[in-house]
Amino acid sequence: MEASGVTAGSQKRSAGRRFADLFHGRPRLQVGTLLTGPLAWLVLLYLGSLAVMLVAAFWSVDALSGELIKGFTFDNYKELWDTDVYRTVAFRTIGIASAVTVTDALLAFPIAFYMAKIASSRAKGFLIVAVLMPLWSFYLVKVYAWQTMLSANGLINWALDPIGVDGPGFGATAVWIVESYLWLPYMILPIYAGLERIPDSLLSASEDLGARPQRTFRRVILPLAFPAIVAGSIFTFSLTLGDYITPSLVSPDTQFIGNVVFTSHTNNLPLASAFATVPIVVMVVYLLIARRLGAFEHL
Amino acid sequence: MSRLRARSAWLPAGIVGGLAATMLVIAGCGGSSDDSDTGSAQKSVGEGEGQVNLVAWPGYVADPWQSDFEQQTGCKIKLKEAGTSDEMVDLMRTGQWDGVSASGNATAKLVSGGDVAPVNTDLVPNYETIFDDLKDQPYNTFDGTPYGIPHGRGANLLMSNSNDVTPSPTSWAVMLDPAQASKYKGKISVYDDPIYIADAAVYLKAHQPDLGITDPYELDDDQFNAAVDLLKQQHANVGEYWSDALKQINSFSNGDVVVGTTWQYQYFALLADDQPMQAPGPDTGFQPTEGATGWSDTWMIAKDAAHPNCMYKWMDFIVSPQANAEVAQYFGEAPAQSKSCDEATLTAAAKADDLPADPKFCDEYHAADPDFWKNTYYWKVPVADCGDDRGETCKDYNDWSAAWTEIKG
Repeated sequence: MEASGVTAGSQKRSAGRRFADLFHGRPRLQVGTLLTGPLAWLVLLYLGSLAVMLVAAFWSVDALSGELIKGFTFDNYKELWDTDVYRTVAFRTIGIASAVTVTDALLAFPIAFYMAKIASSRAKGFLIVAVLMPLWSFYLVKVYAWQTMLSANGLINWALDPIGVDGPGFGATAVWIVESYLWLPYMILPIYAGLERIPDSLLSASEDLGARPQRTFRRVILPLAFPAIVAGSIFTFSLTLGDYITPSLVSPDTQFIGNVVFTSHTNNLPLASAFATVPIVVMVVYLLIARRLGAFEHL
Repeated sequence: MSRLRARSAWLPAGIVGGLAATMLVIAGCGGSSDDSDTGSAQKSVGEGEGQVNLVAWPGYVADPWQSDFEQQTGCKIKLKEAGTSDEMVDLMRTGQWDGVSASGNATAKLVSGGDVAPVNTDLVPNYETIFDDLKDQPYNTFDGTPYGIPHGRGANLLMSNSNDVTPSPTSWAVMLDPAQASKYKGKISVYDDPIYIADAAVYLKAHQPDLGITDPYELDDDQFNAAVDLLKQQHANVGEYWSDALKQINSFSNGDVVVGTTWQYQYFALLADDQPMQAPGPDTGFQPTEGATGWSDTWMIAKDAAHPNCMYKWMDFIVSPQANAEVAQYFGEAPAQSKSCDEATLTAAAKADDLPADPKFCDEYHAADPDFWKNTYYWKVPVADCGDDRGETCKDYNDWSAAWTEIKG
């Protein structure tokens, strides 16, 4: 009785089982089948759209109809090179992205250090929630809030009025402040994780061997935490580099790479595509350096 | 671990290879599609399709006339508002929209790009009584074929905050003359579109006659450089470049800007919000002394419109006397429909719009006064051919859009 029951069961499952048998002992097929979906997605959608953009950078635009002429020309890159404004905008954007990264690193390190090494476990839990809290709210809401605060009749000017100082108003400074605010959690979390990994015994050992706190910080903590800082900087740098919403809301008179791409994609898509390769190149270089510095172990 | 490492070195190579392969495929697919077919106009209007997808300027499709149209025809409107002509052309090329309220700097692009179809004006009964000087114009008729139904016209407005700018400016110099504009440094609001270079040209035409500017869209090297230089100087004083009407309304009501170029739509919205806005009055036709750039808009139908019958119904509806009077008074522009200027119609339309009755509306906006509009330079696409004995020496739109990025710095 029992034996026949098993047979009936195995017959019932036989289609699925035969399919499963296909994979038995064939690790390559297993991995291949698992990866087909994600890989197809990556190649077709992600690399595909990237490839369209890179190809479009060699097209041109008909002056009357604004239609794309799908030929092959280096004119767009030549124009980017010959026209000062694109260099100015690129350097301005890279400058702001660097400033935001440095600002966030300086702000994040003490907070992360306190969270990782000093705070009680209750305080730590509270701080983690506090750091993550801004990520719960919608990006645009936060930028609009800053727009309202920075505007001529806004909170910042109102608060500074009694001491006779004007707020930063809109422009590059506003972008620096808002982006620093937006991406700070992305810097705090990797540094916090990096500092957590440093065993307290190393700090004690350094102290026992006669190092003053400053020296312990410089020779023990900083070298061990540095890859984590670089890991965090990938986020702050790349997110600032590619953002166009914040600049368009708090810097309506100063252009950044994203704004130039956004406004020129309607009247000159090929030029916009060519310009969009600039942040790609910048990020490739940045990531190569970050890898050198060991940041990828801390992501 | 080391084996994994060794393999992972192949990954970047694989990505680059995949990218290159995809690029080759795309480049190979780049065969040109045949856009030269102009298509022919529709022969009749049948049952509505129940929906129509419109691209329009802010304020062109709104209540009460939007609901009236939907009730009368059963065509539900799906609306996309656009802030610049380039955006409209872009949207029309996605093929998802049946019609567009195109200004002159979009119409020529749409026609030469084969994106829109000729319009059979016989199928638009209200076309008959549209003002004659709006028909058969270079921005709506190509090679003698009408490509759309005139909607209305107006001029870009010089608006300022009366608390900060006194007396009320009567010249664009307040924004463009470096000495005057620096008084409002960081508080000037400028339309973010290459076509704004024509505004500088209108100003230079009046103030630097030796440049010999005849048409602000037909600029040769010297004239173009003068206009671009003027705008580069202006840049230091500019507080914002806007292309989103609602954002500009915000900037004026927050006090971030106090003077700028705008549309009647924003002006009336701010006044309705009790903001202290001022603009040149009806005595000059709402224009500064130099004249102004402006628009004469045209409803066009997409070449492969999914809802052509509803689109024809819309084109007829929007130029019907009542609806055209409603949209004209709501937006603040001269109507295209002559019968909209009937006093009883204007009054009824104002009531529907919830506006005070203004039976003299068409006189104030010079709707029936062709001579008035010679100081209004309707937007059009700048082309290399100057259209006069200068020949092919003028700057085309590619030059304009490249210069615009440079101006904004």
